[in-house]
Amino acid sequence: MTEDFFQGYRGEALALLKKYSVRVWGNAEIETTRGLFRGTVLPRAENNDDLHIVIKIESGYNIGIDVTTVTRMTETGYNKANYKIPEKEFPYSDDKPTVKLLGTGGTIASRLDYRTGAVIPAFSPGELYGAVPELADVCNIHTEKLFGVFSENMGPEQYMTLAKAIGKEIAEGIDGIVIGHGTDTLHHTAAALSFMVQKPPVPIILVGSQRSSDRPSSDAALNLIHAATAAGHGDIAEVMVCMFGPTSDEYGFLHRGTRVRKMHSSYRSTFRTIGDTPVATVRRGEVKPIKKDYNPRRSDRDVKIMPYFNEDVTMIYFYPHMKVEMFHSLIDQGYKGIIIVGTGLGHVNRELYPALERAQKENVAVYMTLQTIWGYVHMFVYETGRDMMAKGVIPLGNMLPEVAWAKLGWALGQTDDLEEVKKIMLTPVNDEITEREPYNGYLVYQGGVPEVEEFIRRVHK
Amino acid sequence: MTKPCPMPSFDPLKNYEKTRDEIGYVSRKEATLNDYKRIGFKSGLEVHQQLKTKSKLFCRCPAGIYHDHDDYDAEVIRHMRPTLSEMGVYDGTALMEFKTRKEITYRINNETACTYEIDDTPPFPIDPEALEIAIRIALAAKMNVVGEVHIIRKQYLDGSIPTGFQRSAIISVEGELQLKNKKVRLIQLSLEEDSCREVSDIGHSRIYKTDRLGMPLIETVTYPDCLTPDELAEAAGYIRFLNRSTGEVRTGIGAAREDVNVSCEGGSRVEMKGVAHIKWIPELSHNEAFRQYALLNIRGRLQKMIADPSAWKLKTREITEAETQFHFAPVRAALDRGERVIAINLPGCRSILSHFTQPGHVFADEISDRLKVIACIEKPNMIHSEDIGRDNFNNLFPEVAIWLSAAPDDAQIILWGPDGDIPTAIETVEERIRLALEGVPNETRKTFEDGTTMFERVLPGRDRMYPDTDSQPIPVTTEMLGRLGRDLPVDVSLRFRQMKDWGIPEDAWHYLLSKNLVRLIERIGDELGFDHREVGILIGHRFRSLEGRGRVAEGFSHETLYDLFAFLKKEKLLPPVARLMLPEVVSYPGVPRQTLPGDDASPVPDFAAILAATGFNPLSMNKIRSETRELAKRFAAICHNGHREAAVNWVMGQLHMNAIGIVRMSEVRKQVDSILEQTEQQL
Repeated sequence: MTEDFFQGYRGEALALLKKYSVRVWGNAEIETTRGLFRGTVLPRAENNDDLHIVIKIESGYNIGIDVTTVTRMTETGYNKANYKIPEKEFPYSDDKPTVKLLGTGGTIASRLDYRTGAVIPAFSPGELYGAVPELADVCNIHTEKLFGVFSENMGPEQYMTLAKAIGKEIAEGIDGIVIGHGTDTLHHTAAALSFMVQKPPVPIILVGSQRSSDRPSSDAALNLIHAATAAGHGDIAEVMVCMFGPTSDEYGFLHRGTRVRKMHSSYRSTFRTIGDTPVATVRRGEVKPIKKDYNPRRSDRDVKIMPYFNEDVTMIYFYPHMKVEMFHSLIDQGYKGIIIVGTGLGHVNRELYPALERAQKENVAVYMTLQTIWGYVHMFVYETGRDMMAKGVIPLGNMLPEVAWAKLGWALGQTDDLEEVKKIMLTPVNDEITEREPYNGYLVYQGGVPEVEEFIRRVHK
Repeated sequence: MTKPCPMPSFDPLKNYEKTRDEIGYVSRKEATLNDYKRIGFKSGLEVHQQLKTKSKLFCRCPAGIYHDHDDYDAEVIRHMRPTLSEMGVYDGTALMEFKTRKEITYRINNETACTYEIDDTPPFPIDPEALEIAIRIALAAKMNVVGEVHIIRKQYLDGSIPTGFQRSAIISVEGELQLKNKKVRLIQLSLEEDSCREVSDIGHSRIYKTDRLGMPLIETVTYPDCLTPDELAEAAGYIRFLNRSTGEVRTGIGAAREDVNVSCEGGSRVEMKGVAHIKWIPELSHNEAFRQYALLNIRGRLQKMIADPSAWKLKTREITEAETQFHFAPVRAALDRGERVIAINLPGCRSILSHFTQPGHVFADEISDRLKVIACIEKPNMIHSEDIGRDNFNNLFPEVAIWLSAAPDDAQIILWGPDGDIPTAIETVEERIRLALEGVPNETRKTFEDGTTMFERVLPGRDRMYPDTDSQPIPVTTEMLGRLGRDLPVDVSLRFRQMKDWGIPEDAWHYLLSKNLVRLIERIGDELGFDHREVGILIGHRFRSLEGRGRVAEGFSHETLYDLFAFLKKEKLLPPVARLMLPEVVSYPGVPRQTLPGDDASPVPDFAAILAATGFNPLSMNKIRSETRELAKRFAAICHNGHREAAVNWVMGQLHMNAIGIVRMSEVRKQVDSILEQTEQQL
């Protein structure tokens, strides 16, 4: 492969670099109508315009030069950056549990990608140890990169690969499993794995970070330490999400994979257990259960791996006056399962009824979940609810919409028999439907209330 | 107990004085140009200046509102961790600060901070007002403005910014300042967000408040072209005047802060951080250059005593409850607090610990400072074999030396601290001695009013820069430069020349520039036709004196002075009458004009009423003449043997409120004089 000397440059900027034979990583003197600029030419992010050349000046700053102002350029040297995350051999010790870290493409440790301007993850145990040396105090770590995809590109195929990999690790005697994952669809994966990996003997912890690890205040390292602690030492053998409790660097929560949801676009404490409390808190060296009922760690190697998924499952978010064609088009496209995210207690407008009837006739599974996120579907309260049930819509209790999607895909992956599917859907695997909602399962306090303000001042947010 | 190896006697105070003289330290008062040449004084500046914008740089919180320490709504805790630079290495400061393991608490007031400040929301687009002001200042400084502004992250692991980095961007590079007798070159001008204000820093806990965090400021960096402390102060003043000449920057406490970079020949760049007053710069930079000179002398001595630096090792021994013979008061106290106490032998370091570094400071302070900052052990954190002054434990140290099997050329330290901090503390001592063998470590130092400094952190390098992946580059088009380049403030050196040409007394220059009032004088002179000198004196002396006495109302607008002169012009009055009116005029709290919907709402003082209230009673020249005659007669009647001089003075006093503002008093005096002369002849 020939070396690309003009990484990311195109159009006018590329022509100018070629004209004066100045390469990326070359030290350049650039004369412009705005004066002289000196620095190392850097690659340009592909999505940026073609009118500027980026250089790193002596003080370490980057600046852009407007190509229309350039009168002359000279390359005076060449200095290619050799980017490498420092690797140190991970110190293994016999008295510590061994944890497997399965990589999917999250950003525990990362470096810059000039092509996109985004960050690329680093992963080997050596690299991890270089970045988070405290890990060696927690456990021994083996890593395996299953795939390198961003969170939003995770899907059924990856869920099944993960489930099988988990089964293999358990069989081989691992003490706990950590899965590094982007945060956007972390809870979708957590739900899918909760169904595909049943009754595991060891903790299976999904972890991500809300701030990439190229920032000093990143939550990545502490999340990883918490996750490793939960996986290696914790007594809770379930599929769980481990992320910040408060936004402060204090402790993490372990959320049941079937009850967790990302609730803020950028907060560190974005993951919340919905309709219940988290299973446990985790600090350095300590997992402290909040819930009494959980599946404890076992020494056997029994686990039920059920890697099934039917991709013909979709989800539709209802809005007022939705046209019936919207629903018809889903059936036309051949979807076998539809999760409705309905209003209030679980409603859609009458205009959709003909489509619901068609779905019933054509053997399409239709289930109802809620836009309110919290609470139960109650289709007996109003007549419309009863009408819908008559047309085959099945209420899913307090199952979260994303969890319902994952479960329906998993159920339809096992059987076409809708009665069987219904039985699977309504039989909780691990609390995706709970019998009761405790009073502290719904806590969205509003600012401005004196008592709330006092609480916030006293307790770290 | 017998002493098998008695240590030779040693007087640390004498050693301090001796080493001070050895390096030829002179006080700043005594220092001559030759002293600075001798030590190779070299210095440059980083001038920080807050911009006057409505909101912060990367979020829409209001800028310029400050809170008391306890006025907060919530607290958030963070720990900082070093990350790799863009070039793939860790920054030295970052690693040191990671070692300090600080728990950082941020206090948040909902009025001035949102989720951005606390790093729970990515940045919003850069504040366009701040960007434009920064570009205007760059243009006024005649620097080369970049084609595209790239926001980068500058790592700060001390916690002063919750993200762990400051978002910063270069606006322009290369330029120069023309000082009185020399040129100082500029490296760059950047636009960046201000940091948190520290509430406290004790042990492993540091508290910050977030009101100032994120406010836009510019940083102007010079080359190390200043060769004396005075040149440095002059350059700092010049940059401040330049920034203020735009009228678009903040003034007041903390709005402008200087970082001063100093080195001596063979020394290293050391940054003195956040000097709030330009007047402190000369003393600080003087002492820093000599401190470096002293450290080089220490290196020379150490190199003589330590043959093989790579083999040099300190020796430690723990003082426990059992070693009662060493339980000097501070040791006993530390043990009582449950801390560990470590005795350390430093081979070949005799006479180093009490070596002069700064006035009143010795090399041992360099170690103690680092123990505080890096190992987080509050002071006092150690005693040593060459202590001066303090409770003198020196006579006890020979025993410690024997216990440590020390050689006569060695020095000893006893330090104490919590168990968890001891490994870092020992490392810190060893590292400081190793650095002394190399010379002057690159440091950031905290400054004190007495002109001395202490270690704050390792000086960060260019490896702490990282592109901000959260933001897009911003093009600076030629059209934009054209628009922003209109009506640029006049160059500061030109302003100096203008004031000289107008004949404004030199003692008013500094004040007029720092308050950006030269342009106002120019306008009053050019547009209203008054004498620049007279206006300059009125503002530079009279107005300034009222301001100094706290007579000027808060929020008083300098534009009101223009209005005052416009009123004089309209009423055909001469400037001296403004002297009478000023005290009342300046008591009007002005409301910024541009925020008012119409002129009629503007509370411009009623100049006519103010004038009337002064007792001013204008008379025509003819009337003044006839009045003078009358007064002369009356004077003659009451004072028979008075000199004419006394008569003139008396008449002038009587006429003052009739004539001021109508005719020049010198004119009146001439008239009075001649009339009196005539009257005398008639009598």
